[in-house]
Amino acid sequence: MSNIKLPIYLDYSATTPIDARVAKKMAQYLTLEGEFGNPASRSHEFGWKAEDAVELARKQVADLISADPREIVWTSGATESNNLAIKGAAHFYRKKGNHIITVKTEHKAVLDTCRQLEREGFDVTYLEPEETGLLSMEKLKAAVTSETIIISVMHVNNEIGVIQDITAIGEFARENKIIFHVDAAQSPGKVGIDLSTMKVDLMSFCAHKAYGPKGIGALFVRRKPRIRLEAQMHGGGHERGLRSGTLATHQIVGMGEAFRIAKEEMASDNDRIRMLRDRLYDGLKGMEEVYLNGDFEQRIPGNLNISFNFVEGESLIMALRDLAVSSGSACTSASLEPSYVLRALGRNDELAHSSIRFTTGRFTTVEEIDYTIVLVKKAVEKLRTLSPLWDMYKDGVDLSSVEWVAH
Amino acid sequence: MAYSEKVLDHYENPRNVGVIEDDQSVGTGMVGAPACGDVMKLQIKVGEDGIIQDAKFKTYGCGSAIASSSLVTEWIKGKTLDEAGEIRNTHIAEELALPPVKIHCSVLAEDAIAAAIENYRAKNK
Repeated sequence: MSNIKLPIYLDYSATTPIDARVAKKMAQYLTLEGEFGNPASRSHEFGWKAEDAVELARKQVADLISADPREIVWTSGATESNNLAIKGAAHFYRKKGNHIITVKTEHKAVLDTCRQLEREGFDVTYLEPEETGLLSMEKLKAAVTSETIIISVMHVNNEIGVIQDITAIGEFARENKIIFHVDAAQSPGKVGIDLSTMKVDLMSFCAHKAYGPKGIGALFVRRKPRIRLEAQMHGGGHERGLRSGTLATHQIVGMGEAFRIAKEEMASDNDRIRMLRDRLYDGLKGMEEVYLNGDFEQRIPGNLNISFNFVEGESLIMALRDLAVSSGSACTSASLEPSYVLRALGRNDELAHSSIRFTTGRFTTVEEIDYTIVLVKKAVEKLRTLSPLWDMYKDGVDLSSVEWVAH
Repeated sequence: MAYSEKVLDHYENPRNVGVIEDDQSVGTGMVGAPACGDVMKLQIKVGEDGIIQDAKFKTYGCGSAIASSSLVTEWIKGKTLDEAGEIRNTHIAEELALPPVKIHCSVLAEDAIAAAIENYRAKNK
């Protein structure tokens, strides 16, 4: 086996390494020799140069999503963007209504923000997606009331990679004059976004899923029709009063460059990434009792989330120590609860516990995929020989009929 | 998640994996639930002298759960039922250096021993 570096990184949905081109650009904005000025310093060249870099990056981000640069607000990441969007809009428009609709499979940054708003007296509906992970328009329409002010649906799900039809949801929301927020943290470079046609009012982004740095993100805030927000960070009034705090030029430049590259290389990147993901799936789907989580077609090219029945996720991750992947298993989260996303799809506990998310990316190679296939097959086989549930399945026992003696 | 050397060892080289064919001298205990992510099956073959001659396990669970059950099969062989019943989860946790979040795996292993003993005794009243 050639020059595979272990462990193999297959967790691109968790984060990505900064592209060398991005790092090179960022490095120019750090030291005395570079452009280190505060972009808000109006009175000297250090500030002006930093400001120019920030505005160029703003345009680069806007260009990827077909937005106006004035619609981009810098934040510390998608979590902050989600907080600003949902809390900001809810508080600003609370006189118009107090009902918010979202989906059970949203990222915790959205769900927890909604829980906070519930504590403040807002009413939130958490819709259940179909088994594919996709949201049904009927369910959404049925949930709307005269008090609904915000709908929040993520573009690409982080666990299963499914892509929601935000174009259709946007049309519906606009018709009914409901603000539509989309968490698009996983989207840039993977699936196209055209905000000149998609009727989305607020959209959250971060850099670190698109080969940019961690700690920087953005919130798209539509100008026409104009969306107002209550700021969550107060101070010097940066970003038109929406988000105070000195702008981190080097971070912003990194995000801009990453998004510029994403725009140029998305098509070719995706072809490769899809080919690698499909190769991995083809290598594994022949095994007995293997289930794909989430729709296969409506999915970003690099995501593969599969459950290996009768094998527990954390023991599988331990067996796959040469791979960096993540599991929907309880043991790998702090609580003993299995992935809430997989549960919302209707997956039973065993399948939720035994899921592995593989995500391929820009730097994944064919050798790495082939090595992974061999490794995963071996690990699953070994763990099935250890598993009493596998024995019971082989003996034809219906596990749902068993009375377990749990604590 | 950093695993202790011993946990990794039991995972790489599990002791006494398997099934004992059921008969009068065999006690089988199955504890846990798939919903919790942990199911342990422990079987003991008890001699006429009341000493555990053989033990086998099968576990669906994380590395710590596999190690806990593998370890107890080693420990209970050669013991009487009463002696085996004295094994506490704290002994298991200490031996495997289990972190707090994994203590429940050792508790389940202790329960598995109790369940196997109880099953044997019920069959041999």
